Amino acid sequence: MVYLDNAASTMPAPEAAEAHARAMTALWGNPSSAHALGAAATRALDEARAEVARLVRAEPSEIVFTSGGTEANALGVLGVTAPARARHVVATAIEHPAVLRNVERLARTGFSLTLVPPGPDGCVSADDVLAAVRDETALVAAMLVNNELGTVQPVSQIAAGLRGAGRRAHLHVDAVQAVGFLPVDVRTLGADSLALSGHKIHAPKGTGALWRRKGARIAPLWEGGGQEQGLRSGTENVAGWVALGRAAALCREGLDAPVAARRDRLEALIFAALPEARPTARGPRAPHIASIIVPGLPAEPVLHAMEARGVYASAGSACASRARGPSHVLKAMGVSEGDAVLRLSLSRYTTDDEVRIAAGVLIDAVAEIRNALPARRARS
Amino acid sequence: MKSLVLCRFGEIFLKGANRGRFERLLHDNVRAAVAGLPETKVDAPHGRVRVEVPAQHQEEACERLGRVFGLVSLSPAVAVLPEIDAIADAAIAVARAARARDPRRGESFKVEARRSNKQFPLSSPEIAREIGGRVAAATEIRVDVHAPALEIGVEIARDVAYVFGETRPGPGGLPVGCSGRALLLLSGGIDSPAAAWLAAKRGLALDGLYFHSPPFVGEKSRDKVLSLGRALARWRALDSVWVAPFTEAQQRLREAGRAELAVVLYRRMMMRVADRLADRIGAEALVTGENLGQVASQTLRNMATIEAAARHLVLRPLSTYDKAETVALARRIGTFDISALPYDDCCSLFVPPHPATAARLGDVEQAERALDVEALADQVAAAAERVSVREE
Repeated sequence: MVYLDNAASTMPAPEAAEAHARAMTALWGNPSSAHALGAAATRALDEARAEVARLVRAEPSEIVFTSGGTEANALGVLGVTAPARARHVVATAIEHPAVLRNVERLARTGFSLTLVPPGPDGCVSADDVLAAVRDETALVAAMLVNNELGTVQPVSQIAAGLRGAGRRAHLHVDAVQAVGFLPVDVRTLGADSLALSGHKIHAPKGTGALWRRKGARIAPLWEGGGQEQGLRSGTENVAGWVALGRAAALCREGLDAPVAARRDRLEALIFAALPEARPTARGPRAPHIASIIVPGLPAEPVLHAMEARGVYASAGSACASRARGPSHVLKAMGVSEGDAVLRLSLSRYTTDDEVRIAAGVLIDAVAEIRNALPARRARS
Repeated sequence: MKSLVLCRFGEIFLKGANRGRFERLLHDNVRAAVAGLPETKVDAPHGRVRVEVPAQHQEEACERLGRVFGLVSLSPAVAVLPEIDAIADAAIAVARAARARDPRRGESFKVEARRSNKQFPLSSPEIAREIGGRVAAATEIRVDVHAPALEIGVEIARDVAYVFGETRPGPGGLPVGCSGRALLLLSGGIDSPAAAWLAAKRGLALDGLYFHSPPFVGEKSRDKVLSLGRALARWRALDSVWVAPFTEAQQRLREAGRAELAVVLYRRMMMRVADRLADRIGAEALVTGENLGQVASQTLRNMATIEAAARHLVLRPLSTYDKAETVALARRIGTFDISALPYDDCCSLFVPPHPATAARLGDVEQAERALDVEALADQVAAAAERVSVREE
C-alpha cells in the first residue's frame, strides 16, 4: 500500500506507538497523586511537554495539552476573553471547520464576523485581513497551512501588521498542517496562540496541544480539577501525551527530510502524463501537499480506482467527504463540481519509489475513469 | 409468580388446514427472536404463544417480540395459580408497578376478565368485580369502567391464570416464510428496505440482491447496503445479501444504445440477473422498491418495459406510497438513518441527463441486440457473492 493521505491522518511512528504502550502499562498513576506513581507520571508528562515546546521553540509552561487539533482550536477561538465592547472576529474563509464552526458560533452569540476570502493563488492577502480588523476586533484567526490546498498563509505579516497598527486583537493560528513540515517558531511568528494535532505528526489520535503566549488571556472551555494550568481540566492523557512528546522529538529530527522534492517529483510525473491536469493553487505551499485538479471527471471514482491499485489519497479534504459537492475552500477558489480535485499528501516517511508508483497509479486511474465516461454526444 | 410475555396472533386463525404450518413457523420465529435471552422458554398452549422469561429480561423480550411478523399483540404478564387470592395479589402488584412507572396510569383502572376454564367458580364479570374490589382497596386507585388509565387483564385457563397491565401492538402480518421465498432488489436508498419490510410482513422470506459498481462506487456504499441488510435482519426480513458486480454490464449497456435509455437498460439487466439468482435460491417472486411516478424509470410505461425482461412475478409493495409515507415507514423500521448516509450506489456518471420517461419496448430490444444480454446476465449472476446479514 502507498499511503498518500497524510494530511488526513498519519501512521503513528513505531517509537511513538511503543512509548504509548509503555506508558499505558508502566505510567498509569494519576499525575495529581502525591505518591511515587503520580510523580512518575508527572515527570513523563513534563518531558513530553518539553519536547512539544521545543518543536515550536516555546517554553514548556506555554503548552497546554488537549485531545487534538480541534480542541486546541476551540480553546484558542472560544476561549478568547476580550473587553465587553470588543465584539468582532476576523477569520480567513479557508479555515478548517474546527475554527470556522467555532467563529460561527461566536457570531451566533453576539459577535459580528468577517471572513476574508483567498485569492486565486490559494492564499489570503495579509492586507485584506488587516483591512478587515477594526478597533473592536477581539480575535483574528488565520491558519498557517491550509489542509486542502497546502498553501502557506501570511501569518507573520498579519501578526506584524496587527502590532504595527497597535491592535489588541488576539491572533490564533491553526498550525495543524504546518507543524512537522515547516519550521514553526512561536518567538518570531507573532501569534498569541497556536494549535497543533498529534495524529498529523505520527502520534496517536486524541492528542494535541495549544501553545499560548505568556500573558495571553484564554478562558478554559470547561471547569474541573484544574489540570493544565486550569485551562484543560481532566485527568491527563498521560500515555497519549507521552507518545505525542516522542512524536514531537522525531518531528524535529525529521524536519530536513526531502519531502518537498518528492512532492515536486510526484507532480512533475503527473503533469507530464496528464497535460489537462493542473495544480489547484499556485501560491507558496507546504512541502507535503499536492492538490491537483483533473477537469471533467468526478473525484471519487478516480480515488476508488487508485485504491484498487493500492494507492490511498483523498479528494478535497477528509472532513468534506461526508458532505456533497466542493468544500468551502474549493468553492472559495472557484473550483466547480464537474472537476476532480485530488489531494495527495506525503509524510517524511514517503519514499522515492512510492512517489513513482503513485504517479503511475493516478495516471492509470484517470485513464480508466475517462474511458468509462459515456462519450459526449451531440444529439439529445 | 412467573414472568412471561403473552403473544397473540391473528390472521392464522383464518387458515384452517394450513394452520399447523403457520403456527410452526410462528413458533420458530418467536424462538429465534428470543434466542440468547437466558432462561427463556417458548411454548404455545391455548392458541397463543407464551414466552417465559425472567423479569429482568422481560422488557428486552418484548422489544424483540415486537419485531416478529404474525403477532398482533403482546402483553408482559405474570402467571399464577388459577385461584382468586393468587390472582388478586398479582393484579395488585401489576397495578402498583404500572403506577410506579407512570403516575398517570395510577389515576384510574378497570379489570377485564376472561375465563377459558368454564369450571372456574366465578363468572367473568364476577371475577372482574372481585379482583377490582381488592385492587381498589389495596392501592386506592379509583375504578373507572369507561375510560380507565390502566386496564388490568385477567385470563383464567385450566391450570394457570395470567395477569397483565398492558397490551402492546405487534407488527401484524404473517410469519416470515409462510408465503414462500422472494428475492429483493436492494439498494442503499430509502425505498427498497421499506419494500423489504412490507414484503416480509406478508410472510415472504427474502434474500437481497445488490448491484455493486466499483470503482465508481466505493466500499462504503457496499457497507451501507449490508448495514441496511442487518437492520432488516432484526425483523427476520432478510437473511443474506447477494453482491453482484455490475460495472462491466453497466458500461456495455451504456455504450449499446441511446443515452436516454440507459436506466431502463440497466434495470432490465438487473431483472434478468435477479431471475437467475431467484431460480438458484428457490425464490418465486422478485420484490422491488419501485414507486409510481417518482423518477423517470418509474412511470407506468417504463415499469412495463422493465418488467418485460423479468420471468418471475414482480411485487412492488411501495407502488402507491407517497414519499412521506415511505420515509415514515423507513424511520419506524430503523433503516432511514442508514439510507440517509451519503454513500450512493449509483455513480452519476452512468445516469443520463435526460432519461426517457416512456421507453418503447421495441427501441430497448433493438439496443439490446447489440449485445448478448443473456450471456451478460449469466456472467453477472454467476459472479454474485453471498454475504450473511443474520445477527449472530
